Amino acid sequence: MGFRSMFMKRLLSIEFIKLWNNKSSKFLILSYFILLTFIALCAAIQFDIGEFHFNLADQGIFNFPYIWHFTTYLVAFFKLFLAIVIVSMMSNEYSNKTLKQNLIDGLSKKEFILSKFYTVISFSIISTVFIFVVSLILGLIYSDYDELSIIFSDLEFLLAFFVKLLGFFSFCLFLGILVKRSAFALGFLILWQIVEGILFGVFAWKANSEFASNVMQFFPLNSMSNLIKEPFSRLNAVQSVANQVGQAFNKDYGVHWYEILIVLIWTFLFIYGSYALLKKRDL
Amino acid sequence: METILTVNHLTKKFHFLTAVNDVSFTIKKGNVYGILGPNGSGKSTTLGMVLNVVNETSGSFTWFEGTSTTHQALKKVGAIIERPNFYPYMSAEQNLKLVCKIKEVSPEKIHEKLELVGLLDRKDSKFKAYSLGMKQRLAIASALLNDPEILILDEPTNGLDPQGIHQIRSIIKKIAASGTTILLASHLLDEVEKVCTHAIILRKGHMIYSGRVDQMTASHGFFELKTSQMDTLMAYLKDNDQFSTVKLENGLITAFLSQPMEPATFNQLMFEQNIVLSHLIWRKESLEEQFLSLTNNTAN
Repeated sequence: MGFRSMFMKRLLSIEFIKLWNNKSSKFLILSYFILLTFIALCAAIQFDIGEFHFNLADQGIFNFPYIWHFTTYLVAFFKLFLAIVIVSMMSNEYSNKTLKQNLIDGLSKKEFILSKFYTVISFSIISTVFIFVVSLILGLIYSDYDELSIIFSDLEFLLAFFVKLLGFFSFCLFLGILVKRSAFALGFLILWQIVEGILFGVFAWKANSEFASNVMQFFPLNSMSNLIKEPFSRLNAVQSVANQVGQAFNKDYGVHWYEILIVLIWTFLFIYGSYALLKKRDL
Repeated sequence: METILTVNHLTKKFHFLTAVNDVSFTIKKGNVYGILGPNGSGKSTTLGMVLNVVNETSGSFTWFEGTSTTHQALKKVGAIIERPNFYPYMSAEQNLKLVCKIKEVSPEKIHEKLELVGLLDRKDSKFKAYSLGMKQRLAIASALLNDPEILILDEPTNGLDPQGIHQIRSIIKKIAASGTTILLASHLLDEVEKVCTHAIILRKGHMIYSGRVDQMTASHGFFELKTSQMDTLMAYLKDNDQFSTVKLENGLITAFLSQPMEPATFNQLMFEQNIVLSHLIWRKESLEEQFLSLTNNTAN
């Protein structure tokens, strides 16, 4: 245990030196966490339409336990900031040839990949803890319910958030190693998103949308976005409007174990694939 | 003597090109080795394999008699390959701190090594602001951080200006004088000639020589001769089996000895043959000439 944690600490501190001394990485990481806190600004959204006074905070978005679903869904968009950091932290090692020097200096290929993977895990953990604290504070201020049992229910959305980030960042890491150029790796990521979209369309057109969802849930980006479903149609206001027009939402918003498993399997494949690529390549 | 590196039948194929073909050698502690060969002869690929960045096609190598894994062994090695590779946005000192973390040594030697290569006053400058010569010196400081068992240098003076070349060479000499084992890959022979005790010569991936520098060719040297009776002299030398090859170039005869002979003895011999020499010089081939004759290249 002691040895294991020393090992992790060394690899993480190596990666920390590389990242934190890089101005652009530091800027993006700080921006990311500042943006996460901006979710609190939702509370300030209010406007008047004639007699009608609208305040978003009054619509129940900060109610426990709904807030866990709402914030984890919303801030997941900001993960793109860290995606850029992760893709470039990998591809820069190729373009600066520092990967080669690291190996010559005595880092093993396994340690190199692990140092990146530990960083990805750290990013995911810190993001999850951060969003937990921000949501908790927002909820304590604005929630209509404050019983402990209600506050700490539906926490599986935080687990889903963690797994979603972990899978996505691992994908970025893999692309960084595969493509070696950060701009092209990010381009590939966008291309892949489009490919999954087109595939969904083709399956839905050739068969039906149920079949499409069943197949596409196994694709990496789709499986990640399946983890946390959109929370907006769960809002009371939206539900009541829907009921008025006779269109009841009957949707499953839960987080399912098999969805988490699919993403974890992808995470393993991406990290193992990164290692296999690095091992096979001559530098 | 303690063995630092053993290389056994190492081969590397890139698709249809065999970059390194069945190379074997041993590096013993305390010697200074040179890997010589023209560009593209497989020097860097050989070093890449023993340094864990190029996968071998066949063959094997062991560091320190196989007592640890390659990456653990590399922590006791200092190596610089082709170009200095550091994080451009970090200062010299930050870069060296990172290397210390990787090599698992304490950072206390950073200042000492920066001083050795004359970069202590520039320790806070970013790596990208360094000149090529400074980058190369930083690479040497970095390779020395762990007081390595062996220092591996691949073309350390490539692309440097004369002043930079001079600085690097004097640093290498200083390190060699301290008793550190050195493996120096170069296509420049005078670079190797002055420091190396042993040499490995590669040509098109094949190892054509491995051994002491002074035994590279069993050469007894050669005479450069001039006389008014050139034809007589040529005829005499060609008949004499004490000489292996005799060449006439630009009115100068070059006669290679096949066995040891003093210039005075030779002069005596000439007098006995009634040949009066106007020019007699006895020379040993330079390493460069030996190298070229070994690699079957012609000078220019």
